[in-house]
Amino acid sequence: MSQSAWREMGLSDQEYRRICARLGREPNLTELGMFAVLWSEHCAYKHSRHWLALLPTQGERVVQGPGENAGAVDLGDGFVACWKMESHNHPSAIEPFQGAATGVGGIVRDILAMGARPVALLDSLHFGPPGPGRAAYLIDGVVSGIAAYGNCIGVPTVGGETRFSEAYALNPLVNVMCVGLAPRGRLARGVAEGVGNPVLLVGNRTGRDGIHGCTFASEELGQGSLSRRPAVQVGDPFTEKLLIEACLEAWGSGALVGMQDLGAAGLTSAAAESAARAGTGMEIDLDRVPRREQGMTPYEVMLSESQERMLLIARRGREEEVRRIMEKWGLAASLVGRVTGDGRLRVLEGGRVVADVPVSALAQEAPMYNPRALRPSYLREAWTATLPSPPPPSSWPAALNRALLRLLGGPDLGSRRWVYEQYDHMVQTGTALPPGADAAVLMLKGSRRALAVCADGNGRACYLDPRRGGAAVVAEAARNLVCVGARPIGITNCLNFGSPEKPSVYWQFQQAVAGMAEACRALNLPVTGGNVSFYNETSGRAVHPTPVIGAVGLLEDISRLVRPGFDSPGHLVLLLGDRAPGELGGSQYLETAFGALLGRPPAVNLALESRLQALCLDAAAEGLLASAHDCSDGGLAVALAECCLMAAPQAAGAEVDLGTLRAGTRVDAWLFGERPSRVVASVSPGALERVVGLARARDVPCRVLGVVGPGRLRVRARGELLLDVEVEELRQAWEVALAAALAGAGQGGVRQVG
Amino acid sequence: MSRAEGPAPGREGWGTPSAAARFGVVVFPGSNCDADCFWALEHLGYRVRYVWHQDSDLEDLDCVVLPGGFAYGDHLRAGAIARFSPVMQAVGRFARDGGLVLGICNGFQVLLEAGLLPGAMLANSGLRFICRYVFLRVENASTPFTRLCRPGQVLRIPIAHYQGNYYAGPATLSELERRGQVVLRYCDEEGRVTPESNPNGSLGGIAAVANPGFNVMGLMPHPERACLAELGSTDGRLILMSAAEEAVRRRRAPQAAAAAGPPDASAGAGAGPAGAAGTAPPGAGR
Repeated sequence: MSQSAWREMGLSDQEYRRICARLGREPNLTELGMFAVLWSEHCAYKHSRHWLALLPTQGERVVQGPGENAGAVDLGDGFVACWKMESHNHPSAIEPFQGAATGVGGIVRDILAMGARPVALLDSLHFGPPGPGRAAYLIDGVVSGIAAYGNCIGVPTVGGETRFSEAYALNPLVNVMCVGLAPRGRLARGVAEGVGNPVLLVGNRTGRDGIHGCTFASEELGQGSLSRRPAVQVGDPFTEKLLIEACLEAWGSGALVGMQDLGAAGLTSAAAESAARAGTGMEIDLDRVPRREQGMTPYEVMLSESQERMLLIARRGREEEVRRIMEKWGLAASLVGRVTGDGRLRVLEGGRVVADVPVSALAQEAPMYNPRALRPSYLREAWTATLPSPPPPSSWPAALNRALLRLLGGPDLGSRRWVYEQYDHMVQTGTALPPGADAAVLMLKGSRRALAVCADGNGRACYLDPRRGGAAVVAEAARNLVCVGARPIGITNCLNFGSPEKPSVYWQFQQAVAGMAEACRALNLPVTGGNVSFYNETSGRAVHPTPVIGAVGLLEDISRLVRPGFDSPGHLVLLLGDRAPGELGGSQYLETAFGALLGRPPAVNLALESRLQALCLDAAAEGLLASAHDCSDGGLAVALAECCLMAAPQAAGAEVDLGTLRAGTRVDAWLFGERPSRVVASVSPGALERVVGLARARDVPCRVLGVVGPGRLRVRARGELLLDVEVEELRQAWEVALAAALAGAGQGGVRQVG
Repeated sequence: MSRAEGPAPGREGWGTPSAAARFGVVVFPGSNCDADCFWALEHLGYRVRYVWHQDSDLEDLDCVVLPGGFAYGDHLRAGAIARFSPVMQAVGRFARDGGLVLGICNGFQVLLEAGLLPGAMLANSGLRFICRYVFLRVENASTPFTRLCRPGQVLRIPIAHYQGNYYAGPATLSELERRGQVVLRYCDEEGRVTPESNPNGSLGGIAAVANPGFNVMGLMPHPERACLAELGSTDGRLILMSAAEEAVRRRRAPQAAAAAGPPDASAGAGAGPAGAAGTAPPGAGR
């Protein structure tokens, strides 16, 4: 074998030698390809595995932790929820529509492999600054791709986030999360159990699309990346919808022992992983794999990433039953192999063995790396930089009004309606709290309980301090759940970073994982799985370190659901949580108003965060909260404005007094500075005493800021008027912000150090 | 505001009269609102069963529902392949015999392709999929599907479609308008039909049309999604409950069904002459 063969497949010389040693011979081309895909960063977590071990995985409701196709938690009343998030960044950068569409398809099949019905999708999207040209092409393509696929398969897209920064201009992030529900005790596993059991390949035919997709995902993007377009697959949501129905019916029939989706690394990965989990082997006869085109080599068939395929491991003698179910749904089902007991993955073509390798070598013995990590030099500069001056008192409230309007009317904080109205977010008639709130809430039919879900990242904070940022992202995801009244019961993550081979990126990764682990332990949040996406670099420039958290929470009683918008005039506006003013370091305000990515984001006070979340849950369970909203990007002023804008049935206003400003704190920090562990709530006057009592019992600061009123948001500090705006004016800017930005009414670029 | 007033007292909440009505929900490959329709009808207290796309036995049914989704992947054109399925041949016969047929969203598109309703569906004028709550004005409250509504009543029901831009030629359109076959129109909260209240560019803001016999109706909005307060509205029940009441009424007076003409125009919401107490089966008051 020539050196170029393994190098082209992304294997190092050392890795090649290791394969030879393990096999006791040189691999043939098919075998080499199989190792290359399963030992890719994408499949093997070579650079991340031992750091991920820091994350806690145990929790009282966890029924499935990391290691399966998705994590799962017990919701009570006979329901189990499964969820997982995965990135489809590289494909989306090259072909946004299909890249995003197949991202949806892939994660849905992960949930399906758990025997769960997919009930919700969420997307965390990161793009460069919106505007006409390539930015609009990417954003429009990704959103339409998600819409086209998700809408067709009848799974509601209920939430997520859309963020913009220059750092993602050439390397957008498309992270998709799917949530499924299964009856308790009926979860499936991706296991090839029972020697002699038949293995069926169902769904689409196998073609040449997507070969080496995961290898592609494990390298940097560059000049030649557009030529990688053939590595992007084409989605067929109609077949996916049929697969969902057919596989759930087959699983329900009891004729199967396991299910495994075909995702990255196609048949190679599905066969190796399901056999590895069961401690068995598998024999695959390629002659029985239905092809889309003629003349495919064993290498191509084993590595194809053609979409909408599942591997079903049936009970011996019941394969006909499975085939009949597939036929009913118009799907092909081919008996492609058998479970064996020798621990080897053996591939045959024309009766000849074309690959024969130990399952464990493929699935479990990839080398692990822990390269050098070095704190990047840009941090010192960012932390010590002089911040731009605040607006002088003579300009209040006009300049501060303008700053608020600019934040809410900009693409970063403007309404996401343009995005989520393109998604069917109501199909399955379960969406009790639609997109736009802190978290989405789904009914569990036949139960009083409900499931809350959210997906959150904050690349800006993680760039400026990955450890603090990592902790803050976990805390915020959990806080979003408690704001709707749901107890956080588990998280998954999707970790988007640059090349781990760069010491500065690896340091960011280590720090972010450490921060997430601290927050998870403090908040008692198990991590049930995750996905790592390295090599998010284009032409040598990495994206911001962007861990995205997908969190699920449980509402004991859907009638206690809390909404973010103010409910009634006359209600009192409260600030629960941290008393200290916000900080400008890493704030959205600095970026929007000054184009500056500077400063150091505040650390999360995890003890206070935990108490605040407990308080919100207490108050929500007693039905005391008329509204609750996380105070995050844009600070207190933006949170207050959002509570006004999201008030139902029509926008409200508020009269707020911040009292005496702490000496030495800038007025813009008070209004727009950010700090974790703060929630803006509203309560009826009658409920105030009880809420104050609960806050005291939980040792959480609770301050009455003002009162909900009609049409105007006014914020004073010791009599001085800081903000005075018509909410209708804010609404007009907020509603159209995103569409306007895409059409070209964009803002200036962001100055970035480093 | 008119939409705040629901149906007559006693009909609120799950468990309603007309429980004897028998609905069938068609399942095409690619249907994705079939389970939602089933759930809503079942919880309204009616008898429901699924009808597989290859079946053609509809004998036992009062009303066939063609649900939303992407039948046969909407390949070629929304509804273009579904019209050739065995079940659609049966639905055609069922409709000719005066049976009630309700097409929702993709089901509406299928009815258009099958020629059971006039007109055609174009892509939304904004060329984007739209999912949101809209307001609808009841233009004809005497059809089998709106008999529990008041004329001019404003309903709040969500839409979710890419091809909901209703089109018909000028002659067809004026005929539809003249005969009262335009059943629902997009409007604003106050019931005004304006360009801003038209989400998809539909001609005349048309959201629902019926056939000349008024036993077949197609609508783009999803009534099954607006049957529970937790989901944001209960106005969708009026459409489904109207069909159920009509079914029971017809069974009691088969001649009326055979005539297949528009029912008595006085069958408005509040009055409910043939409905309410008269048709309530035992246990309806729960």
